[in-house]
Amino acid sequence: MNPQESAAAPEVAVAEDPIKVQNARVLSLLHQLFGEDTFTDLEEQYGLLSVTTTRERIHGIIAGLQQDQEIKLNFLTTMCGINYPENEGRELGMIYHLHSLTQNIRLRLKIFFPVADPVVPTLTDLYAAANWMEREAYDFYGVIFTGHPNLIRILNVEDMDYHPMRKQYPLEDGTREDKTDLFFGR
Amino acid sequence: MAVNDTLEGTRKITEEAAAQRHGQLMPLLNDFSQELTTLNLGPTHPATHGIFQNILQMDGERIVSGVPTIGYIHRAFEKIAERRPFYQITTLTDRMNYCSSPINNLGWHMTVEKLLGVTVPKRAQYIRVIMMELARITDHLICNSILGVDTGAFTGFLYLFQEREKVYEIYEEVCGARLTTNMGRVGGMERDLSPAAIAKLRAWLKSFPVVMKEFESMFNRNRIFMDRVVNVGPISAEKALNYGFTGPNLRAAGVDYDVRVMNPYSSYEDFEFDIPVGTNGDTYDRFIVRNEEIWQSLRIINQALDNLPEGPYHADAPHYYLPAKPEVYKNMEALIYHFKIVMGEIDAPVGEVYHSVEGGNGELGFYLVSDGGRTPYRLHFRRPCFIYYQAYPEMAVGTTLSDAIVILSSMNVIAGELDA
Repeated sequence: MNPQESAAAPEVAVAEDPIKVQNARVLSLLHQLFGEDTFTDLEEQYGLLSVTTTRERIHGIIAGLQQDQEIKLNFLTTMCGINYPENEGRELGMIYHLHSLTQNIRLRLKIFFPVADPVVPTLTDLYAAANWMEREAYDFYGVIFTGHPNLIRILNVEDMDYHPMRKQYPLEDGTREDKTDLFFGR
Repeated sequence: MAVNDTLEGTRKITEEAAAQRHGQLMPLLNDFSQELTTLNLGPTHPATHGIFQNILQMDGERIVSGVPTIGYIHRAFEKIAERRPFYQITTLTDRMNYCSSPINNLGWHMTVEKLLGVTVPKRAQYIRVIMMELARITDHLICNSILGVDTGAFTGFLYLFQEREKVYEIYEEVCGARLTTNMGRVGGMERDLSPAAIAKLRAWLKSFPVVMKEFESMFNRNRIFMDRVVNVGPISAEKALNYGFTGPNLRAAGVDYDVRVMNPYSSYEDFEFDIPVGTNGDTYDRFIVRNEEIWQSLRIINQALDNLPEGPYHADAPHYYLPAKPEVYKNMEALIYHFKIVMGEIDAPVGEVYHSVEGGNGELGFYLVSDGGRTPYRLHFRRPCFIYYQAYPEMAVGTTLSDAIVILSSMNVIAGELDA
């Protein structure tokens, strides 16, 4: 059976579950390397360990994990922005997915920061792959990556003056009254 | 005479002007070796197989630098998905990598199933495996035969496109569509494999290997072809990993990462197959790895078809899977479920799920954040093309224009997946 599927069902998730054991190992290593107070909101949804940290620490953590020889979390699978307008002071977020190809461990790292000050350190010095992913996050969410070599829009036109994936921009014309969010989503 | 004077004068003036012009031109001509030519490759260049632009700085025949511009067919799928119920997002996914849309469709269904906690019966999983492997074959067929076209061999392309056509006929039997398939449903397949589909599949499994062998014998050891592709655009394993390569392009560099093996989904652990890897990640390796993957996919399809389990072709999940149409007319519950599903009023749990499948080009990931509403709160597609196409300028620099075209072709950049 697929190990991830087994972890998805909560009643199967007993202490012997290999995914749980592995996640506990990764978590203890994270605590050991970067300190216990660095990580908050520990989650283990569908078998994937997810931790939240701060933007001041994120670069150091990802660099440390890249160098770490024990679990070798040195493949940047993807990163993306996210917007929670109702979270005061934490409106914008970046979500990183790391993967250890040698031990098949995945880790999700999140950081949140205010929309008024969306400045995050770049990962382009660690991963060449981060270049366009960060440009995409800048394009859609307006996250500013300090140290990025070429932070310009990537998929949208250059003269666009807003960041369209933010929740303040609804998909349809806001003046329409025949469709309400109640029936047709957001 | 006056005329002579004039002629004389004119000649004198012309000679002086010519000397002056020559004097001005000579340093320029001498400097010509220093001057770079800007060449606009694309956005609609036929050899780029899609709409993307590269602004190249050329030193004579050599490429000095390249700046790719993408986004020409950006359709804001991630934004649109925030307004659509889960089942309506399937049609967005098959417009990403349109050369292997069933993988996109079924990968998306698996993501939703993971979120909802639906277990799909074995038969549906096997049918999905067959369809995904067919899609992988068509994807690789296009890539490799177009690589032939870009090196000047048109025959292979025409020959293999006929086979792709036959696979599309199998898709038609399974889901009714050909290119943008919208295949499967959340919870299983929309219908069982029909006898006609099985017959077409069996016939194709017999006829295709012959064609594939012929294609391979035409290319694999072809001197002209090898001269064009061997050692063209190599990339080391470290660099490929740093650039986020996945799929055949990464395996050509020698890293045996395959999502089907590392995180098996849809019963891939039941099948016996090998992961072909290359050595130096050049265009030839990418070509050979794709060819070999076609054979491995055929192996998987044969195993899946021979061991196709009996049983239902969809999960018993009435909240998520559309009831049979005759039931809707006769049965009250079925009508209610039908209405709720079509209107997108199903209850989705609050949660975040990342699921990835081995797409035609690499790890195709879906990161879905659900807030319990009828639509995803956030949906991010990890598009393998988008991530590895960044490496293209580095791979193309120092090569000639004709090599750059071949490298681009062998990376199999699909514009739809690139821009989403």
